Amino acid sequence: MRALKLAKKDEKKLFSVLEKFGEVWSPMPKGKRFSYEKIEDPEDLVLHEECIRTILPVKKFLMPPDFNILSFTPQKFTINNEEIPFKIVVSVPACEIHAVNILTKFYTTDYVDNYYMKRREKLIIIGKSGLPDEHCFCHKTNTSIVEEGYDLFFFDLGDYYLVWVGSEIGDDIVRKGSDIFDENLPKDVSQKFVEFRKQKNKSYKNNPDMEGVTDLMELMYDAEFWDEFGDKCLSCGQCTMACPTCTCFNIIDDLELNKELGHRRRYWDSCQFKDYSLVAGQHNFRGSKAERLKLWYTHKLKAFIGHFGSPSCVGCGRCIITCPVDINVPTVVEKLKS
Amino acid sequence: MKYEYNKEPELYTPIMMRVISKRDLTPDVRFFQLVPKEEFKHLDMDYKPGQFMMLSLFGTGEAPFSISSSPTRKGIFEFAIRETGKLTNKIFELKDGDMLGLRGPFGNGFPIERMLGKDIIIVAGGLGAAPLRSLLLYIMDNRELFGRLIYLYGAKNVDDMLYKPDFVEMLDSEQIELFLTVDKGNEGYEDSIEEGKVTHLFKYVNDIDPANTIACVCGPPGMYKFVVTEILKYNLEKDKILLNLERRMKCGCGKCGHCIIDYRYTCIDGPVFTYWDVIHMRELI
Repeated sequence: MRALKLAKKDEKKLFSVLEKFGEVWSPMPKGKRFSYEKIEDPEDLVLHEECIRTILPVKKFLMPPDFNILSFTPQKFTINNEEIPFKIVVSVPACEIHAVNILTKFYTTDYVDNYYMKRREKLIIIGKSGLPDEHCFCHKTNTSIVEEGYDLFFFDLGDYYLVWVGSEIGDDIVRKGSDIFDENLPKDVSQKFVEFRKQKNKSYKNNPDMEGVTDLMELMYDAEFWDEFGDKCLSCGQCTMACPTCTCFNIIDDLELNKELGHRRRYWDSCQFKDYSLVAGQHNFRGSKAERLKLWYTHKLKAFIGHFGSPSCVGCGRCIITCPVDINVPTVVEKLKS
Repeated sequence: MKYEYNKEPELYTPIMMRVISKRDLTPDVRFFQLVPKEEFKHLDMDYKPGQFMMLSLFGTGEAPFSISSSPTRKGIFEFAIRETGKLTNKIFELKDGDMLGLRGPFGNGFPIERMLGKDIIIVAGGLGAAPLRSLLLYIMDNRELFGRLIYLYGAKNVDDMLYKPDFVEMLDSEQIELFLTVDKGNEGYEDSIEEGKVTHLFKYVNDIDPANTIACVCGPPGMYKFVVTEILKYNLEKDKILLNLERRMKCGCGKCGHCIIDYRYTCIDGPVFTYWDVIHMRELI
């Protein structure tokens, strides 16, 4: 793989290179947190030292929270064929790129979801390895390093960035920016890289013991703690909205006020909602909150392995700061182990 | 990152179907016959017994329905639909010539290749006779390719029995060992329909060769456990007991997540599961 150097003094010139390829999106402060927002000002492109955990993950670009798949009148329907612009999203942590790879695997297995793929092909990912905060646990889910799925990937090595090129588009970008990207890597690059990795590995403060949780999910399926969690759970579905690998959606028809024009909408759904498994005749296959929680954790920590060979939790920590009643992967794992 | 995929047809885009006839099977179940609006394009659309399609009415929504017709009789798509919710209420308002959208077929369907040459036991409960009609017609149309055909059907009462005139007529047929029952009230049909649960009909199922028999079951969620218990008494292998299940679905193609059971999707890995799957996966029946 190609690797180059970007001096930190040239960091601000990055924007003008990237904007030639499409809309530039970067984490921007929103309240106490961050959100991927479209930026116009080169000053807004900041490569933070720590990993930035945005409110919504990159999936918001690939599977929009709510969009029309087709529109209809009483006479005919038309497919929504909107043109998707190229988007470049900057400062994406490694765990999120793993999540995108999981989404892509999911959306291209058995049937290919064109709505996803159309957007995936138009999304350019500029990854950035940062230092973990108190909630990150990607070292426990093997997602702290990423080999594929990005176009460029940045490592902060003091006064310069080490830049891995991961795709053809990534290569085009460094060629367009040949005045700032330098092919001559400093002699001490490997030493600094190892130091960075060591420092990163030392910085993790959240250490859930993920070993064997797959089997424990099976063995502890009838454990009492599920009912305790069920009693606490608010069924608000925030965990699924914030999770970078949650994909469930609902499809409904909406009529406009004139009752002539309507849209078939596809929007994020949550397995924590009561009507998630409701069928005709009011038969609910998962009527209790404990059952629905088990479904989510079975899917994240066990079932996904059966389907795709790896768990679908990437250790981003979003469930930890999102859940208002403290039900999240580390607390569930802790119960599984107790 | 490059993936090869077909840009057309879109997975979520329905083709339009025209209602050509309908009749009431029971007070709340209506039988619909549909043909494609663009007949030349979709007339020979193939499917398997046990598969389902997503039917939709623009402005109301979309839901999965089992196919009642058999691929041996191509061109007309048949569905037995119970009036039970927002969408089905609207479907019941359809008149001949009205349009509705259809996507599919989806699901694995019954494994016909494995069933060839075998004796077949079909157990239907209530509306379960709708998907199993597809299988029944398929076997009847290819009768020489299968061994014995045993069909047990239980309904709540005689009014709720689907295809009752057809079944009563078939009781005399030598092609099929058919037994009918209703939970209670068989007045007027004492000769042809028994009283009692569908499990009571197993007393007529004798001389089963477990190595050469496949059982297919479809009915309300509460029925499977009891029927499977009966079938297991014949020592059938776990993968020779096939259960056609129902779940909530929004896409039909393993993406929306609603029909997930453990790591499998009812819409892709089902709706036909084996009894081994039941043991292997929680929540199945």
